[in-house]
Amino acid sequence: MDTSAPEPIAERQIRVQKHSAAVRLTHWLNALCLIFLLASGLQIFNAHPRLYLGQFGADNETPVIEIASERAKDTIRGSVRLGGLSVDTTGFLGSSKEDGSLVARAFPSWLTLPSYHDLGAGRRAHFTFAWLLVINGLLYMAHGFWSEHFRRDLLPTEDQLNRRHLWQEIKDHVRLRFAKGEEARRYNTLQKMTYLVVAFVLLPLMFASGLAMSPAIDAAFPVLPELLGGRATARTLHFLTAFSLVAFVVVHLVMVAVSGAWNNLRSMITGRYAIADDGDAT
Amino acid sequence: MKTPSRRGFLGGALVGLGAAALSGCDRLVQSGPTDRILRSTEHLTMNAQRALQARGALAAEFSESDLSPVFRANGTRLPASDEYARLMDGKFADWRLRVDGLVQKPLSLSLDDLMRLPSRTQITRHDCVEGWSAIARWQGVQLGRVLDTAGLSPGARYVVLHCADELEQTLDGSGRYYESIDLLDAWHPQTILAYAMNDRRLPVEHGAPLRLRVERQLGYKQAKYLMRLDVVPSFDHLWGGKGGYWEDRGYEWYAGI
Repeated sequence: MDTSAPEPIAERQIRVQKHSAAVRLTHWLNALCLIFLLASGLQIFNAHPRLYLGQFGADNETPVIEIASERAKDTIRGSVRLGGLSVDTTGFLGSSKEDGSLVARAFPSWLTLPSYHDLGAGRRAHFTFAWLLVINGLLYMAHGFWSEHFRRDLLPTEDQLNRRHLWQEIKDHVRLRFAKGEEARRYNTLQKMTYLVVAFVLLPLMFASGLAMSPAIDAAFPVLPELLGGRATARTLHFLTAFSLVAFVVVHLVMVAVSGAWNNLRSMITGRYAIADDGDAT
Repeated sequence: MKTPSRRGFLGGALVGLGAAALSGCDRLVQSGPTDRILRSTEHLTMNAQRALQARGALAAEFSESDLSPVFRANGTRLPASDEYARLMDGKFADWRLRVDGLVQKPLSLSLDDLMRLPSRTQITRHDCVEGWSAIARWQGVQLGRVLDTAGLSPGARYVVLHCADELEQTLDGSGRYYESIDLLDAWHPQTILAYAMNDRRLPVEHGAPLRLRVERQLGYKQAKYLMRLDVVPSFDHLWGGKGGYWEDRGYEWYAGI
């Protein structure tokens, strides 16, 4: 979002430079990594689809979350269990179709990388894209601080943190009414806070909880698994944070679509974003 | 500007790319070049993790109250061979651990020989590659001490651990369990040949009479039913050439994560 001169292209529209090249590049690399990390992560999860709390957890311990597969007569029933709650998910989670018949499988083959059971291949892909994500994340962080992108574009301004303004934003969001004109040059407060949470809370937590599962890293930094409540808890956090990111991406894509899909997409590819030139200076 | 057509084209391209990516994923991870890149990550991970670890950095040791009530037995629970059955019947009195390969003095050690050596006891967490973990107390002799007694010959780089169990029944014996570690891990203070678990003789399902504990790596490195330690310059010519039963079947040789 730099302030290079607007370029008039139509009577009532101007195009502004919205996203810097660094933000665009890291955004798409991030998207690519997250897709592969999710698909390979689900492959890894399938090897033991039970999540525990504490230092350890195996078959004898009670899971907090479980995707269970049970043989029932001539079929296989799948269910998701949360504490005492059990939801039947036959056909999707815990049991899904492979070559026409139901098999016991936590996440279905169309969601995992590879689609067939291969923990080794899933791990190799997971760690490769994890490295790529970390390098990409470091570049993004370095650029964000160095260019003051974080301070300028992501830190809510004083006027945005005003209670009345926030309430107005929430109402506008619910009605899918989006900023126009000059106000559309900057992110709104909810957007800013969401992006800050993703970049500074969820992704770092993903990184930390992932590393806390490594016996080698735990030997180097014993405080890491301790901070996260033990290895089994770290694994649970890794899973929950992953699905928080999935939830973010779903909302993100919906917002991109309803607030001008093509304009948003182009701005993240070429950097140029069209805003109405209505002289509406806020 | 004819944005609609460009829009349509780009939109179509994106959808097509997404579909191709999904259907091509299996082929992508199987293809030679990608597979090589994915496999090379292991070296990056190993170098990075070892650089972060002080050479002797110890795995966390836990207290009595942290012990798993039940420690899941994994892999082989009872080796099927007649030889093992015979050893088990004799309470492993006839069992010997052979130490040979690139050593000055090959050894043949009985369980009593090993128990006479100074021992180390540690309560550590076992992390399975599948994601579960369990905590137990292990007692045994440090591998470095045994290797010091044998004395390494020039060119020694790895210790291959040959096991009594066959995890996969094969005609050529390639289903026999084996593992390997390098000398850095072999001399790590917590790397022990364990003969006791939770204050009792190592149970058969956990690898009686002797198993490896190499605490900064995953569960499949903790070879059970040890029969022979072979000190080698390289494991390229052994079975699948990847240094272990599971390594030959696609897992990383360096199992630090």
